[in-house]
Amino acid sequence: MNNTVMIPPAVSESIHTLDSEIAPPLAVELGLTLDEYAEIEKIQGRVPSLTELYIYSLMWSEHCGYKHSRGQLKKFPTTGAHVLQGPGENAGVISVGDGWAVAFKMESHNHPSAIEPFEGAATGVGGCVRDIFTMGARPIASLNSMRFGTLDKPRQRYLLEGAVAGISYYGNSIGVPSVGGEVFFEETYDGNCLINAMAVGLMREDQLTRAVGSGPGNLAVVLGSTTGRDGIGGASILASQEFAEAAEDQRPAVQVGDPFMEKLLIEACLELLDAKLLVAMSDLGAAGVSCAASEMASRGGVGIDIDVRKVPRRESGMQPFEVMVSESQERMLAIVTPENWPQVKEICDRWGVPATVCGEITDTGRFVVRDTELSDDPIQQIVADMPAEMLANSAPLYDPPASRPAYMDELAAFDIYSVEHPEGVDAVSDVFLKLLGSPNIASRAWIYQQFDQQTRNNTVVLPGADAAVVRLGDTGHGELSNRGIAMTTDCNGRYCYLDPYLGAQIAFAEAARNLACVGAEPAAITDCLNFGSPEKPEVYYTFIRSIDGLADICRDFGVPVVSGNVSFYNESQGSAIYPTPTIGMVGLVEDINVICTPGFKAAGDAIILIGETADELGGSEYLKVTHDLVAGALPRLDLDLEKDVQQACRQAVRRGLLQSAHDLSEGGLAIAIAESAIAGKLGANIVIDDDLPIVASLFAESQSRILVSVSEAKVEQFIDLLAELNVPYSLLGEVGSEKLTISNADGAILEADLDIITDVFDGSLERLVTSTEGF
Amino acid sequence: MIAVSDFRFGVIIFPGTSCGQDVVHAIRHLGFDADYVWHADSSLDGFDAVVIPSGASYGNYLRSGAIASHSPIMEAVKDYAELGKPVLGISNGFQILTEAGLLPGEMLQNKSVKYVSKSVQISVQNNSCQWLDIAPGTELTLPISHGFGSFYVDQDTLKEMEANGQIVLCYAQCDCAAADQEDASCSLDSIAAVSNRQGNVLGMMPYPERVTDGIAGTDGGAFFSAIVKHIKEVA
Repeated sequence: MNNTVMIPPAVSESIHTLDSEIAPPLAVELGLTLDEYAEIEKIQGRVPSLTELYIYSLMWSEHCGYKHSRGQLKKFPTTGAHVLQGPGENAGVISVGDGWAVAFKMESHNHPSAIEPFEGAATGVGGCVRDIFTMGARPIASLNSMRFGTLDKPRQRYLLEGAVAGISYYGNSIGVPSVGGEVFFEETYDGNCLINAMAVGLMREDQLTRAVGSGPGNLAVVLGSTTGRDGIGGASILASQEFAEAAEDQRPAVQVGDPFMEKLLIEACLELLDAKLLVAMSDLGAAGVSCAASEMASRGGVGIDIDVRKVPRRESGMQPFEVMVSESQERMLAIVTPENWPQVKEICDRWGVPATVCGEITDTGRFVVRDTELSDDPIQQIVADMPAEMLANSAPLYDPPASRPAYMDELAAFDIYSVEHPEGVDAVSDVFLKLLGSPNIASRAWIYQQFDQQTRNNTVVLPGADAAVVRLGDTGHGELSNRGIAMTTDCNGRYCYLDPYLGAQIAFAEAARNLACVGAEPAAITDCLNFGSPEKPEVYYTFIRSIDGLADICRDFGVPVVSGNVSFYNESQGSAIYPTPTIGMVGLVEDINVICTPGFKAAGDAIILIGETADELGGSEYLKVTHDLVAGALPRLDLDLEKDVQQACRQAVRRGLLQSAHDLSEGGLAIAIAESAIAGKLGANIVIDDDLPIVASLFAESQSRILVSVSEAKVEQFIDLLAELNVPYSLLGEVGSEKLTISNADGAILEADLDIITDVFDGSLERLVTSTEGF
Repeated sequence: MIAVSDFRFGVIIFPGTSCGQDVVHAIRHLGFDADYVWHADSSLDGFDAVVIPSGASYGNYLRSGAIASHSPIMEAVKDYAELGKPVLGISNGFQILTEAGLLPGEMLQNKSVKYVSKSVQISVQNNSCQWLDIAPGTELTLPISHGFGSFYVDQDTLKEMEANGQIVLCYAQCDCAAADQEDASCSLDSIAAVSNRQGNVLGMMPYPERVTDGIAGTDGGAFFSAIVKHIKEVA
């Protein structure tokens, strides 16, 4: 602890503390260490009360306190020309031009979803959306990034169906379009699925609201749902320890969502902020009122008094600590001046949103919790009295040991050509179809068609493309804008397992490439860093290396990290998931009428590959599908080439030179061609001219490649642009026919009918989910 | 005669309604006027047509549209419709109209038991209602987005509705498109829009406002334009 920090004096000298014998073991039971307990005693200057200990245990949990990650997260660049609000608030905010600003954030709901996928995923959406309108922004889009085990297991199909239904139920009910995301299936997630939700909101720059409490005498108002015992320690406890086998017993710690109340809260809160009636606002998420109140007080350098008796409850007999740490959903804490309170109440009443004064801002610097039924004496009512600043910001910081896992060198040295590969057009075509139908490649329509993708009437590019594009459009303030934002999420956990530094960089590079494909310029990212236990040196190593990789590429690209979330302890039965640092990237589109999509547009158009294919099958979907192998050296990533390729694509889109553009990722060139063909309902005739093994030409996942189609009249102009930017390319063939044919100098190497590949691609996921295998 | 730009739509907002702004935007894009009407209000004075947009009114709790159908404004909508004035319900708005008894039938959960959101081909079955003047057989591309969109009425009512030309739109990819001459109507599964007997009240599952300003198509504008044209002609 920093001894120069002054701890403001306590308000109560006569608080009922715990027995000094009982407190330390209770602290341990609540997930604290004895050292952490000693620190609490030091800050409090005495043994804590029961309420205090509970609040500390949650505020200093890994989920709220970022004990193992805070030190590392400092490596990220967080500022830039666009940035209006970096990390540390409910969401990051960037300027998108013309006075518009976009707030966005990604958050995990992994542990609740692994126990109860429907409510877990639903409340994940709800929590993330609240973080957005808390900042004063109207939620305009959501995305989701999900990881499950393999679908041959009934439990995994149940988790997928449940999570998708939960997102569908919640997102559709609140009228926020789900415009994109990703899903990946791998054994590593069998016991610990990942559900990361990303929400994006739009506001005028001057509407930006921060959760900074100020003005002693101002009222603390709880808005929204009543407070119950549901989700006590939900996010904080579940997300701060490993899974026991009896995960079902933890169901009561999963929150239950009420999207209708969320919708009412969105409307009421935005109206309140629009009318400038609030001093500050925060949503009640992990650790409930305790977290929001102490953080708001600490940010504003003030104190806050909360009367637990006034917080509306949904069940009787709740202890003060239960009220203070409940994670009941759809609640907000607002700071309101006494003069504005009547108007605030009136607006909340009109929207049917309960609003109750539960406390006030003080000048004590202390977070004081009262129970006014205990006594008539204001001092005797106090059940917790803590320095707000220390509670919110002084969770211990750990720098645990990290060691490079031995498997990394071993797997990197794996010789791809030590295993057999298909030969001949039939065998290669069979493998191609198998890849196309792999759940990691096949169309996600079965998922996203359960989400309303178009509500708000601004979705320009729907799910299924490289990145979603949403028009700023009619913002409800009478203004119209043809500007847009592009959004995508990305992470290949397999890559990060093989090489966390490069894997994290590739996640970023691919996200940026996805944006380039629609013509957008990356502006900023949010991240959701999903890892196993940080207390395991080999896991912590992958965490540090992922952060290093990400921080370095962010600097290189000049793209800051403005918000994010860390989810540790993603383990089951002692084994950690693949490191999965998911990136959510937002980019700018100057004019939504000048964009590009992945589908081929017209027969006869030239098909051109920007970038170059190398013999890089390490970590590929091909190896996994054909040999059940996750091995080999990752594809290289040359940051300068990557930037040039993206620049070339973006400029070509903006000059209207491209008919289609599609990023090459899992499955490589053959899959990218197939996806453009299926999306455009047009075949392709391709001739590959390289000296690579056939499987590498077709399925290598070399980075910095984009597949484009160009109308004949514009080919020359486009090639001039590529030459000007010194970007390698190859002419592959042309769009046409009802067949997909790929040949090399020796003749055809892959042949497939468009009808067949369309059926395989479109239908595979649904067939896998509805299968009865494994019962 | 009403000047086009003076034609004023009322767009009703219930707690939970989320597509009101989309509808107002689409109507204004077409050059008409539109304003919001609050669920607790009881008057529709001054509106030339009324739209009940989609979104989960009252969270779709109890049953889609059930709670909203008892709102004060719905008494006004009933009176308004009884006077022969035009009312359009879109998706959840359609469900509210059936719950309110302004349209026959009711909405069951999708056969897939899943929410469905996608663009579909819709074929015009009958254009005798006031909200549509496109020739029967024409195909439109319109987005749907609903969990409870399986229209159901008893067989007698269905026959009556067919005879009265109340089956307005059908999903083109259902069998109905291939139905023989004698029974050129839709089967229950494929009904996408129905009108009341008088033709002034229309309920439709597709969202016309999403394909009006060109962002995702333009086939939806026809519904708003048709009612303006109709009212101008009778005025």
